[in-house]
Amino acid sequence: MIDFEPTEEQQLIVDTVRQFATNEIRKAAREADEAAALPASVLERAHELGLVSSALPEVYGGGGARSAVTGVLAAEELAHGDLAIALAVLSPMLLALPIADFGSEEQKKGWLPRFTGDRYLPGSLALVEPAFRFDPLHPATTAKRDGREYVLDGAKCFVPWQNGVEAVLVIAAEDGRVQGFLVPHDAPGLSATREKNLGVRALPTVELELRGVRVPASAKLGSESAPGDTAVRGILNRGRVALAACAVGVARAAFEIARDYAKERQTFGAPIATRQAIAFKLADMAIEIDGARLLVWEAAWKMDEGHDATREATIARHQAQRVALEVADGAVQVLGGHGYIREYLPEMHLRNARGFSTFEALSLV
Amino acid sequence: MAISFEPAPNTVAAREMYHRIAREQMRPVARKYDEQEHEMPWEFVRFMWEKGRSPPGSFTGPSDGFVQVCVQAEELCWGDAGLYLRIPSPALGGSAVAAAGTNEQKARFLNPFREGAPKWGAMAITEPQAGSDAAAIQTTAQLDGEEWVLNGTKIFCTSGEAAATIDGGFVVVWATLDKSAGRGGIKSFVVPAKTPGMKLVGLERKLGIRASDTATLVFENCRIPKENLLGSAEIKKANPMQAGDKGFKGAMATFDASRPIVAAMAVGVGRAALDFLKEELEREGVSIRYDAPAHERTAIERDVIDMEAELQAARLLTWRAAKMMDHGKRNNLEASMAKAKAGLAVTKITQKAVEILGPLGYSQKILVEKWMRDAKINDIYEGTQQINQLIVARRILDYSSSMLR
Repeated sequence: MIDFEPTEEQQLIVDTVRQFATNEIRKAAREADEAAALPASVLERAHELGLVSSALPEVYGGGGARSAVTGVLAAEELAHGDLAIALAVLSPMLLALPIADFGSEEQKKGWLPRFTGDRYLPGSLALVEPAFRFDPLHPATTAKRDGREYVLDGAKCFVPWQNGVEAVLVIAAEDGRVQGFLVPHDAPGLSATREKNLGVRALPTVELELRGVRVPASAKLGSESAPGDTAVRGILNRGRVALAACAVGVARAAFEIARDYAKERQTFGAPIATRQAIAFKLADMAIEIDGARLLVWEAAWKMDEGHDATREATIARHQAQRVALEVADGAVQVLGGHGYIREYLPEMHLRNARGFSTFEALSLV
Repeated sequence: MAISFEPAPNTVAAREMYHRIAREQMRPVARKYDEQEHEMPWEFVRFMWEKGRSPPGSFTGPSDGFVQVCVQAEELCWGDAGLYLRIPSPALGGSAVAAAGTNEQKARFLNPFREGAPKWGAMAITEPQAGSDAAAIQTTAQLDGEEWVLNGTKIFCTSGEAAATIDGGFVVVWATLDKSAGRGGIKSFVVPAKTPGMKLVGLERKLGIRASDTATLVFENCRIPKENLLGSAEIKKANPMQAGDKGFKGAMATFDASRPIVAAMAVGVGRAALDFLKEELEREGVSIRYDAPAHERTAIERDVIDMEAELQAARLLTWRAAKMMDHGKRNNLEASMAKAKAGLAVTKITQKAVEILGPLGYSQKILVEKWMRDAKINDIYEGTQQINQLIVARRILDYSSSMLR
């Protein structure tokens, strides 16, 4: 039966994450953006919420409660706090979920318990390439078999690269077929250059150059039963849905600031929110945010049902990224000059929202 | 409950049944009744009346409730929105009776719809000088002994001709007992078909939904029994929206139920155009690559994805508003969100379809141009885009109607 009510358990998670996002993440957001650095203590405390470990299989210490719907509910709340910190909180998923889904037994045993332990361990995915014509299913980065090893060559960008990252899942083409490879962060031939981006400044991302990087054959995701484009398609769809959820969170945050400001700010003797030009703009924002959220839920639900959700994920992402950008821009506009200065958050939401068209597939739910 | 987009088997069965009706009974005559405006589509009307009197027995078991009603409306309006409005039923007049009427009134006005010949109900709110601002209504109702006497002019009354002139039908008329009381003085009255003093003086010629009659009704000393008032006759001057009165508040509450249906109707029209466009593109060998990188998408692929996203967002907002009714939750914010989104989305979607289809889209050889004309009404009736924005704005800002006008 069609219904739009989260379960009690999901609602509890939403409430908990919302509280954390408001009390901890939001408060650290501006400073983190200015410093272009993540607040380590917030990430440690976020880890205690167990969002990552609860989604991993019980045999590896996880909660065994994987659900894309729960994932998008939590992702929206985290991003409602702050997008950069939300992406960092969820970054372990970049490694842990592809391994859980497609990894060999050895890979699962080796990696998953490290994400379910007491300490926060960031993850990383090297998918996007610094080319306008980048196609995730046909990367220019190559993997060539050489005896018992693979040799990786190519260039990646927008690779999350937090302090303490131990390995990165590199997406590369082997004989024209796309595959994933688990590469240690300090592998010889790997060089990382910190990027400076328009938004999500607090999240350290790098351009990753791979020159003759050698990894053992067992580093290929899934080893002998390598999933190829099945894994990458899964990563892409999860990423689209997770990012769409984050986009809804960013839009909601920007909307709330605009709404509250409009009720405070007086012109000609009355709050600007009493003017239809502003009030209708706010109404449209609220409508669009709710519409985008429902599309995200539908795509996530479809994934949980085990169906191919490519169309729904694409549509949800398309809508959510448009809405986030329009709402963030609208929020800057409602605040006027105050929206443009860094004392207020809308300018940051606008920079962050612009990124949703670029962050292809940060695979997070 | 849990978040789910899986329709109940009942909904699937209903969707199939109404889709077949739309395809077989509505599409073939859609153009005819668009061109022969004001002509009653009797064959279709009788078919739907018979269908409605013999409900299929298979629709038992778990149900999506009001969402199923929305799905049905979507399917039928995929067939033809004008003909949908012609289906003999108590329609909005019935919603008003159901929302604000006593059991006796429900039995008296709605039971006739269970038998006999086709009948229609209608709602008469709008006046030449009062549309969205329903409190500005000038039509008066005065008690004279055991009867109410109505005087005034009503326009844009959907199915007004059929409801006022065909036996067994009725028109729910909004009128004021006391103009100085504003909203508090507004009440609704049931005027049975053929009541002396209720006159059909004109039918609108419209941009679209031409198969639906849109009447101008004049009330000249129109007398109805005292028992035809819906709700109480008490005038609440303070704040009628807060009071327990079923008058104005009850009448407004019918919108909470009707707006999701109108939104679903809109989605049906938009889907008709989008389905046609996608089929046409497929015939031409153009497929929509949902997993292609953004830079590889053609302008048409991008447009279609955008149209699909807009339509589905409208549909889901509609279902959410409907589902809240099933859960007994106040849904006036969500109903207005759905209505505002759906009306505008399908207005744009159908216009885009005409654009993409080029000369074919502009030609009356196919129905896309008609759907574009039909779609626009959804942005206007049952509360314009702007009035729904206003309602949403008041709710999200926590402003009263006097604080945000």
